[in-house]
Order: sequence, then C-alpha cells, then structure tokens
Amino acid sequence: MIVAERKPLEAIKQMIAEYKKILVVGCGTCVTVCWAGGEKEVAVLSSQLRLASRKDGNELVTSEATIERQCERELVEGLKDEVKRVEAVLSLGCGAGVQTIAEIFQEIPVYPALNTKFVGMPQGEGVWVETCAACGDCFLDKTGGICPIVRCAKGLLNGPCGGTNNGKCEVDPEKDCAWTLIYQRLKAQGRLDLMRKYYPRRNFQAVTRPGKIEALQA
Amino acid sequence: MARPFKETLNSGKFVVTSEVGPPKGTDLEKMIHHIDLLKDKVDALNVTDNQSSVMRFPSLGTVLLIKEHGGEPILQMTCRDRNCLALQADLLLAYTRGIRNVLCLTGDSITVGDHKDAKAVFDLDSVQLLHMVRTMESGKDLGGNDLQGAVEFCVGATVTPEANPIEPQLIKFEKKVEAGAEFFQTQAVYDLDNFKKFMEYARGLDKNIKILAGIVLLAGAKMARHMNENVPGIFVPQDLIDELAGAEKGKALQKGIEIAGRLIRQIKEEAICDGVHIMAIGREEVVPDILEAAGF
Repeated sequence: MIVAERKPLEAIKQMIAEYKKILVVGCGTCVTVCWAGGEKEVAVLSSQLRLASRKDGNELVTSEATIERQCERELVEGLKDEVKRVEAVLSLGCGAGVQTIAEIFQEIPVYPALNTKFVGMPQGEGVWVETCAACGDCFLDKTGGICPIVRCAKGLLNGPCGGTNNGKCEVDPEKDCAWTLIYQRLKAQGRLDLMRKYYPRRNFQAVTRPGKIEALQA
Repeated sequence: MARPFKETLNSGKFVVTSEVGPPKGTDLEKMIHHIDLLKDKVDALNVTDNQSSVMRFPSLGTVLLIKEHGGEPILQMTCRDRNCLALQADLLLAYTRGIRNVLCLTGDSITVGDHKDAKAVFDLDSVQLLHMVRTMESGKDLGGNDLQGAVEFCVGATVTPEANPIEPQLIKFEKKVEAGAEFFQTQAVYDLDNFKKFMEYARGLDKNIKILAGIVLLAGAKMARHMNENVPGIFVPQDLIDELAGAEKGKALQKGIEIAGRLIRQIKEEAICDGVHIMAIGREEVVPDILEAAGF
C-alpha cells in the first residue's frame, strides 16, 4: 500500500489562505488504512481549518467527500457537482490522487494535504515501514523476500556494508540491517548460495521515468 | 620516486600504509605538511573520499598532490557521491596522471555527514566498483563500449573483522576477493586474538590476498568508549580503555601512540598479517611517533 502523512496544519492553512470555499477530498484506499487521508481525517482537517480561519477573522466554508480511490478517473469524475461549488480542492489522497483530480478538473486549483512517503506494509499498530521502491525489476527472488534496494539504507545488492551493527543499521539504530535479515532468512532456508552470488549493478532504466505501462487489451 | 605499491605488496616486506584527510576548503598547507612528513616513512598514503560524508577537498586532487610530492598514493573511491559515469571518468584521469592504486569502498551513509539532505547515489556498491575497475582494465567501459586506452590498477577493498554478525561480512569479503581485490585494509583491530581467527579464515580462502590490519590511534579513554558505543565494527577491549584511563594527565595521547606501536609490533613479530594501515584521524603528525614506538 501507499503510505502517506499529513502535512503540518500551518502549511495547509497557508496553501489555501486565499479561498473562502474549498472541497476537502479523502481517499478510501491506502491512505485510509494508514490513518492519513480517509473519511475521518477529512472531517478532522476540515474542522481544524474552519476553526483556524474563524480565529483569523475569516469564514472558510468546507465541503467534504471521500471516494473509494482518488487515482481512478471514473470515481473522481463523480465529484463534478461538488467541485463546481468551490474555489479550490484540497486532496487527502496520495500524489497520484492529487494529480488525477487536477487532471480531470483542470480549471480549478488542487492542493495536496498529504506528503506521500512510500510503498510499505504495516509493522504494528499505527506503524508502517517502507518495503518496496517500485524499482521496476524485482529482486526479491534472490533475497528471501526482503528487499535490499529499499530496506538497506544504501540499496546495496551484494551484502552488508561496514556500518552494520548487531543487526541494526548505522543510519538509525532503531532500524534493522536488511542484509542481516536476508542472511538469517536465507540461512534458515538453506539458500545462502544466493547471497554468495555476485549481482551486477541495477538497471535504472527498468522504469524509464516517467514510468508508463501499456498492458495488452484482452 | 616511490616504489609502486603493487611491488611493495608482492615483495614480502611488512607493509605500512597511512592516510591523509583533505581539508574543507582550499588551504592545503597543513595537508601538504602531512604528505611531506609521511611520504617517505610509509609504503603508500591513502586519501579519504569525502570522509564521513563530509564535503572536502577531493581525494583525486589530493592523490595528484602526493604524486607531485614524490609519494605513492592510494585513491580511495566511494560509491556515495558519483554515478558510474563519474567514477569511470575519474579513473581515466587518475590513470593518465600516474595513479595506480585504488581502494574501492561503499562509502558512509549521507545522513552521517554535513549535507544530510543531499541525494545519496550508490549507483554501484563496493563489489560492483571492484568489477568496474577490472572491466575498464579489459578495455571496455560499463556500457560495453571500447576504451581508447585502458587502465591498470592495483585494487584494494575493506573488511570489518569485528562485524557482528560476522558471517554476512565474510560472504561479502569473499565476493570482493572473487571480484579481484588484491589487498584489504581492515576496520580498526584491537583484539588481536579475534583478528587471528579472521586471518586464519582469510588465509584459508586465498593465501595470496594481502591483508593490512587497520590501526586507529586512540587519543584517550573517552575516544575509545565513544568508538565502542558509536562506531559499528570497532571493539576496544576494556584493558586498553583502562590503560588509557590510567595514563598521567596530558599523557593519554602518548599512551595511545604506545598502544598503537605495541599492536603493530605484535602483528609484525607474529606475522599475523601482511602489514598495517595506520589511521591517525586528524593527528597525522604523530604517525612517525607511532612508527617509532613500533620499532621502525
């Protein structure tokens, strides 16, 4: 899933300072799961913004809508009537969501309320960790299902650096050394031969930026 | 003219190398003083490459200076700041200017340095960098294109004998050997019994690989404790910390020099490995004292 965090309230306030009427749009998928941009977060942010504007002597009017997926054109098009009634849209979607809204309603400014952080998985209550770099050339078959490109701070392919420290990373002692994890898993599976192999440098053209995929039509 | 490092490595003599750290800025006076002080006392001088991810005068510029001053330089090259085009181009320049030794390193994380928000490159890792040098020696670049004039280097790498866990580190060491590393400079070693175990393993793997034990000068008990707590792969045993702590006021550095000298002497006398790499970390002016303490 895509993991995001809300921008600081002050930054959001400044972005929309010139408007009196905005539509705050949530997304029902990834950012709902990671507590950043679902229906609940839309309601909280809207009321915070209204309160703040009243304190400043303004009367901001917000309307709210949360759609299943902000990155899907058809679902975003359903916001047409609500968008007509406001001066700007504040999106609590990921970067793809913000851009889909901006693409479909090109006549109106769209603002991001979130910072999209990474593709990741839950690690515990309210904790998400990055697990995929969307590198375009999956390496997980060689590393016991643990991605060194994103979980090693340096993205190394041939084993740990000298900064590995009792299974932790030199960058942050709270974070695991991906290569220690890979070593342990491959050892437990009797597949350490995979770690002994030499892997040449990554192909940074596996995704030519900007990425585009044209899947064959059925 | 200094003797080519490769010849020294293969001469059977106990090899001694040290290093200079370039300054942040254009005032090179102090570093040039260190170069002149050390160039004839050691077999080769390493130059660190934006050490600890702190932006400084470049290692490539400094190895050229060492060459001009008649020393034998080892170009340290990390993968953190340059992609494979820049790394290859630097090696072409280095070769044409008479640089013949390269130490291939991954490089510290960008976040430990003084430009924490910069982009970390790591287009290659240290093993891939070793392969890159060997590829260029074959007359090709990493894109598979012909070079008009190839390079030839004596290539080294690093290893951390005190890493925990040690096995993943040893697997990487083996990959570096297979990639063609001719010599290794180790992370600092203080516990020679543990280091002997590493050497037994390394000799069993390939007895032709030259291993230089890393000797980091301890300037006091505080520094030793700090390294134990903060520097991965370094372990200063308690008896050495006690020895430093017991030194007379103002004599801790002298004690550190004595300890470094003693370690070097023991490594040489017992022929534990092929030589030492002395890292004085900002106190290069005392390297001759360390050598004297070691009986050189």
